[in-house]
Amino acid sequence: MMANAAPPAVALSNVRFAYRPGQDVVSIDTLTIERGETVFLHGPSGSGKTTLLGLLAGVLTATSGSVRILGQDLTPMSSGSRDAFRAQHLGYVFQQFNLIPYLSVRENILLPVRLDSARRAKLGGTDPVKAAESLASDLDIASALGSPVTELSVGQQQRVAVARALIGSPEVVICDEPTSALDSDRRERFLQLLFASCQKAGTTLVFVSHDFSLQPLFSRTVELPQINSASALIAKEN
Amino acid sequence: MGTILRLALQSLRSRAFTSFLTVASIALSVTLLVGIEHVRSGVRESFAGTIRGVDLIVGARGGSLQVLLSTVFGIGASSTAISYETYERWAEHPAVAWSIPFALGDSHRSYRVIGTTNEFYERYRFRQDGRVSFAQGRAAETDADVVLGAEVASRLGYTLGAPIVVTHGLQGGGIADHEANPFKVVGILNRTFTPIDRAIYVTLGGIEAMHEDFEQAPSAAPVAPPAGTPSMPGAEAPPVMPGATPPAMPGYEPPPGTPTMPGAQPPVMPGATPPAMPGYEPPPGTPTMPGAQPPVASTAPAPSAAEPDADHDDDHADHDHEAEQVSSFMVGTKNRFEALQLQREMNTDLVEPVTAIIPGVALGELWQNISSAEVGLRIVAMFAVAIGLTGMLVALYSSLDARRREMAILRAVGAGPRTIVSLLVIESALLAFVGCVLGVLFVYAILTVGQSAIEARSGVHLAIRALGATEWKYLALVLGAGTLIGFVPAIKAYRTSLTDGLSPRA
Repeated sequence: MMANAAPPAVALSNVRFAYRPGQDVVSIDTLTIERGETVFLHGPSGSGKTTLLGLLAGVLTATSGSVRILGQDLTPMSSGSRDAFRAQHLGYVFQQFNLIPYLSVRENILLPVRLDSARRAKLGGTDPVKAAESLASDLDIASALGSPVTELSVGQQQRVAVARALIGSPEVVICDEPTSALDSDRRERFLQLLFASCQKAGTTLVFVSHDFSLQPLFSRTVELPQINSASALIAKEN
Repeated sequence: MGTILRLALQSLRSRAFTSFLTVASIALSVTLLVGIEHVRSGVRESFAGTIRGVDLIVGARGGSLQVLLSTVFGIGASSTAISYETYERWAEHPAVAWSIPFALGDSHRSYRVIGTTNEFYERYRFRQDGRVSFAQGRAAETDADVVLGAEVASRLGYTLGAPIVVTHGLQGGGIADHEANPFKVVGILNRTFTPIDRAIYVTLGGIEAMHEDFEQAPSAAPVAPPAGTPSMPGAEAPPVMPGATPPAMPGYEPPPGTPTMPGAQPPVMPGATPPAMPGYEPPPGTPTMPGAQPPVASTAPAPSAAEPDADHDDDHADHDHEAEQVSSFMVGTKNRFEALQLQREMNTDLVEPVTAIIPGVALGELWQNISSAEVGLRIVAMFAVAIGLTGMLVALYSSLDARRREMAILRAVGAGPRTIVSLLVIESALLAFVGCVLGVLFVYAILTVGQSAIEARSGVHLAIRALGATEWKYLALVLGAGTLIGFVPAIKAYRTSLTDGLSPRA
């Protein structure tokens, strides 16, 4: 599947999603993201961002249409296979509070490869701890590896989250407003490190934010309200 | 799964205090449950092992419990005695291999004095193959020899050679002390954790000798020392028979409130002899001794025991210490299968009515009677376990809201809802498991520390032994219930993680 270069990283077609019948929250005819792209997905709150990310991550199932990630349609999959697929191919960075508080920085980074053997296999024989340390030094958090996560600054925490999303080189990394809790200096620094790491791993980046000032750094920008015909409804709902 | 187990451990550790409290409450309830079971089976074992290897216990006609209690446990007294002739007749019965006679009824500082024979030291068995053995000295051979149970020796601080003064009846008062007939300690038994430890053994003749001397020298009583004084001032008392009239006892002052002045009593009280002193019973046909003994439970001094023995026929004066009666006896048959038939034969014998009981059966009946309390205890312990587990449920359930973010993170890195369910179930199983382990350790710690104190106080030997089947069953029950309870928060977390997806609504 990976060897097949043809399928795009993300391909949505005629995707509808409703929490309640008849009240679509997401309605997207097409959205395609090629491999290696860094896409800025822009949308104000209520534009269906969170729901769209849930669909991409396979946590939510489209009511109709197909959500293809790396050529695989998630919609007909069982929830167990979607979980397994996500574990193997996806990295995810939250807005904040990304880390499990009772684990150390190192253990947080290692979590995906520890929980999923397919993801561990993607390390290609590299020692997981070495891989984590290498990512940590790329992201400038090597000194914090042994610390409890509660001692880190917000910026450091977000970088730990990036390291965790990138370990085992998943094909797609989704970031949900990861910089909203950072001030502008740190935001820039964070994005530089994020891009460098994604480039190094050849990872497709889907970056969601309402902060339009970040847009020039990305290879492509998608305006969510323009492609989601259901967003008006959500805005009203919120 | 290893990762989830490690996650569960770290998660519990991160909530160390709550986890500690939860584990502690489970551990304490397990301690209660297992401890009660341990003590119960220990007591039962100790109880059932009080007497072994005896096929029949025979006492005067009466209830089987009465025979058992008075002969084996030294509780209460048999109402009447069996004549020595009857005892001998049964002892020589062709089915009987050996027999141990007992003459009960006297006491020394509230420990029972029991007259018996050498058969007792050789034949008596308890628990698996416990034998009566000597820590010091030897068996009683002459009528002045005394052998002490382990507890008697240690409590009263007696050593070999110490003189002993025996009180007539069972109360600890000294007025009726048989001062004229000092016994000498010739042996001290090893601890058995049976009622043997609390008894004093003499020969059958020793019991008789005690009575004869008492009957001949009651004058010792008026100047009797306070209870427990082992000295023998009575030995110097003039050998005067005080007679039945009060003026003859100038030294005697009854304690205030004593219901019966000795002299105030009529010289003859037929039928007033209580069942408490079978060993002192006059032979059948003899006029009943006046001056009723206070009942066994009475703590009052025994003024009546000092009663001048006006009408007691005094034909023991020849110091022929022949046993005339026994209170009860134990029988070992040549062939155990004959025991039942022998029992029937004894119980239907018309010459002298006796009651023969099979110790195992009577012990079982007695245990049935007293074991209903254990059911209550067990119910209390079960409730304690239920409370401990409910505490865990509350702790886990209330932590869920704070852990929604954690669940979302786990889902984001690929954990399915099933992983989250197993995380929570493993957490509760771990808490229950640690609680069980600590609870059991606690039981053993208490037993180790408290064993000697329990033995000293209750005379029950609680063996420190491996967990029995019932205890394992309880532990499995607690662990199983603890694991099942984990499904309650787990299913809640499962639902939450499905609706929350990756974005818990805070």
